[in-house]
Amino acid sequence: MATRLQSASPPSLPRRIGAFFFRHPNWSLAALLLLPMLWLGVFYLGSLGALLTQSFFRLDGFTGRIVRQFGLETYQKQLFTPANMDIVLRTFLTASAVTIASALIAFPLAYYMARYASYRVRGLLYLLVLLPLWSSYIVRVYTWKIILAQEGVLTWFINGLGLSGVLRAVLDIPVIGGPSLSISLLGTFIVFVYIWLPYMILPINAALERVPKSVIEASGDLGAPPGYTFRRIILPLAWPGVVAGSIFTFSLTLGDYIIPGIIGNSSFFIGQAVFVQQGTAGNIPLAAAFTVIPVAIMAVYLLIARWQGAFDAL
Amino acid sequence: MRSNTVKDTTPRASIGLKLATLGALLFLHLPLLVVIMYAFTTDEASFSFPPPGLTTRWFVDVFNRPDFRSALGLSLAVAAVSTFIALILGTLLALAIYRSKFFGREAISLLVILPIALPGIVTGIALRSAISLTGINFSFWTIVIGHATFCIVTVYNNAVARLRRTNYSQIEASMDLGASTFQTFRYVILPNIATSLLAGGMLAFALSFDEVIVTTFTAGQQQTMPIWIYSQLFRTRDRPITNVAAVFVIAATFIPILLAYRFTNENRE
Amino acid sequence: MSAQSPSVAIRMMDVCRHFGDVKAVDHLNLDIYDGEFFSLLGPSGSGKTTCLRLIAGFEQPTSGSILLHGQEMAGVPPFERDVNTVFQDYALFPHMTVGQNVAYGLMIKKVPKAEIQRRVTEMLEMVRLPGLENRKPSQLSGGQRQRVALARALVNHPRVLLLDEPLGALDLKLRQQMQIELKAIQQKVGITFIFVTHDQEEALTMSDRLAVFNHGKIEQIGTPAEVYERPITGFVAGFVGTSNLISGTVAERLTGSSQTFSIRPEKIRIAVPGESFGDEMCAITGTIRDVIYLGINTRYLVEVGNGVDITVVQQNLDADSFDAHASRGKQVLLVWNKANNRPLVGV
Repeated sequence: MATRLQSASPPSLPRRIGAFFFRHPNWSLAALLLLPMLWLGVFYLGSLGALLTQSFFRLDGFTGRIVRQFGLETYQKQLFTPANMDIVLRTFLTASAVTIASALIAFPLAYYMARYASYRVRGLLYLLVLLPLWSSYIVRVYTWKIILAQEGVLTWFINGLGLSGVLRAVLDIPVIGGPSLSISLLGTFIVFVYIWLPYMILPINAALERVPKSVIEASGDLGAPPGYTFRRIILPLAWPGVVAGSIFTFSLTLGDYIIPGIIGNSSFFIGQAVFVQQGTAGNIPLAAAFTVIPVAIMAVYLLIARWQGAFDAL
Repeated sequence: MRSNTVKDTTPRASIGLKLATLGALLFLHLPLLVVIMYAFTTDEASFSFPPPGLTTRWFVDVFNRPDFRSALGLSLAVAAVSTFIALILGTLLALAIYRSKFFGREAISLLVILPIALPGIVTGIALRSAISLTGINFSFWTIVIGHATFCIVTVYNNAVARLRRTNYSQIEASMDLGASTFQTFRYVILPNIATSLLAGGMLAFALSFDEVIVTTFTAGQQQTMPIWIYSQLFRTRDRPITNVAAVFVIAATFIPILLAYRFTNENRE
Repeated sequence: MSAQSPSVAIRMMDVCRHFGDVKAVDHLNLDIYDGEFFSLLGPSGSGKTTCLRLIAGFEQPTSGSILLHGQEMAGVPPFERDVNTVFQDYALFPHMTVGQNVAYGLMIKKVPKAEIQRRVTEMLEMVRLPGLENRKPSQLSGGQRQRVALARALVNHPRVLLLDEPLGALDLKLRQQMQIELKAIQQKVGITFIFVTHDQEEALTMSDRLAVFNHGKIEQIGTPAEVYERPITGFVAGFVGTSNLISGTVAERLTGSSQTFSIRPEKIRIAVPGESFGDEMCAITGTIRDVIYLGINTRYLVEVGNGVDITVVQQNLDADSFDAHASRGKQVLLVWNKANNRPLVGV
């Protein structure tokens, strides 16, 4: 009954190669990693490295050409000027404001989803939160341009409420105001909050879902009024989720140049400065130096976030 | 809010909380509905509200615009090619990483995520300066390089998650029955991860179609859809066309992601 | 059983498999003959599964050599070896039907379609799952999946079949039924079965010969009768069946030397103190400390002094549970044939 079915002829080349890889898992690993690592190493890491190196070069003001010598001149003389530091400050403060506002808007929704929504409703709410994320970024920014326009929905709404005087007054405030909501720092702020909101909702919701119901009940059982339970029990447990969400809102605002370009007035954000410097000005070293700033800020922010436990909440 | 259980253990939320929740949801969704509405307005020149009338002619007109058509075509082509490259690279990476424990494994996982984790402008300008350094022209392929790079992670994540859930003894069984390494990949591993690759690929497609920041830096004269919309924002004459384009982009990103979501959840036991 | 013409199917010569400091398998020497039902028996972590995987080709030995029908298997991957495995979790391909699963090995070897069809049908009938070709594994019960795994392996007509604790997940009745069926299939097909199990009763029931593993080494190889009746080491005596290990002062009282020996509980008879017995017997008095009534038989724990208990198992021929429990605290004489004493090494 023992008819041997194994082919008597020696194994073909693909089989021999397969056997080789089976016997030598390290080679097999190297073979799998070769193509992707080559791609990422050359195209991505290489570019990043080139960028960082460029920030140590400088643009010669007279010739308009880049001098390829290592030095800190670009940092000292060009980056750390009052005007440029203004830009950094503006971006940083907006990012902070956006983070705080997002957290305030996101928290009730996340809280409702985690604590009060039934299983089915929670699934629906997840979908509703994710949906805007799934539609195009540029389109979502575009819609706000429409909404904030002088003849647009929001103005119509405000006029209908008889608050046009209030709107005028707000727009006249220096720094955050502007000719219309769609060209102002205030408008920029609103759009930023809108765009990044889902990124804040999800981690907070995840953190709140992890708070066991029994803990909250125990607090009430021990005599704590709801407000106290919220402040001392729920909030601290949800905090890592808030920090996790803030990583996104902060980092994304720091690097964005499109939204300030569309909705903002002529005062620059870091992103726009980078864009202009590397484009028309041809000052790649300065542009590179500018990009180092958000990367550095985020590196520090990430360390703080890790310390606050945000990575467990992601 | 009807509760499903006999004993109602779900506490009731206060009115204030419910209002805040509703408010946040409206904040998230109204703008999209607004732009969809505007795609049907008869008002050509402005964003007046309420719209004077409704029409569908812009949907027809838009296809007569050569710049719209070429932007659409470019976006589709870039997304397709980038997705293809990302599928290959992402799958190779996932196969390498999902079971092995080797030095540098964590570093590689971080490297794959970096293109998405760092602000788009960093990736964009890094690629741009590197490309101009080498003297290559900005073209279709430079756009693809940027897109494929940050699309790798979506394929990789999906593939790794599915590979980890695959029963490894299947692979041993296949080899035991006479299938070589490559045959095992073709007949056992690939069918097992097929839908996750599909989901990852669709996510990559949507990501690429939607991307604007890195694309601005790596494109030459060409315009993808998002770039086209971006350029239209400063032109007041073509508002309706832009609105229609916006609706197209919503559909082109929304539908693949919804499908991808379905695919990943279908296979979760 | 073809033990009369012992051609060696598998020979392991001084095989070691080390993972750093851990010696999964240490200096294994083993010959398995064609047509045998051979079991690898041992507790978890004893190296029996590693041994199986070394034969299958999923592990490579750190040193030593493995010969399959005289051919050196060093460096040969599993897909080039003429052995097939039935895995512990069955490892059926979930995306293929039962028929496709069973046909897999044949498909790889590019057997013509008609032939595949015929053999798959034939094999499914042999494992008593006729007509299930189009089902998916997820639609089958555990016992059915196990048979599909068996069919999938056997359809390739390997010369050796490896089974890695295949009955572990089945409930008792099903397991006993499958034991009989597996043995029947093996005898019908006539190939070598190598069966890994931690259940000594299973090994004793099914095997022609077995090897007892402990901490990566084989402590004894033999037929079930040999291993049971004449255990060499204390471990084997204790693992295969239960046994009394007598050493020290009590051993001296019984045999005159303090070397440890084992005596099976069922070989000991409970007699009345003062009863006489022949020279070939040895005896010791004691008090019944505990009684466990097991239906067919009763187990007695008898204290014989020096803090030592001897376990005695007696069939309940005339006694019933009432008698059994009433004997607690009684003084008895334990008598057995000296020939049943098994001296042990390494204890």
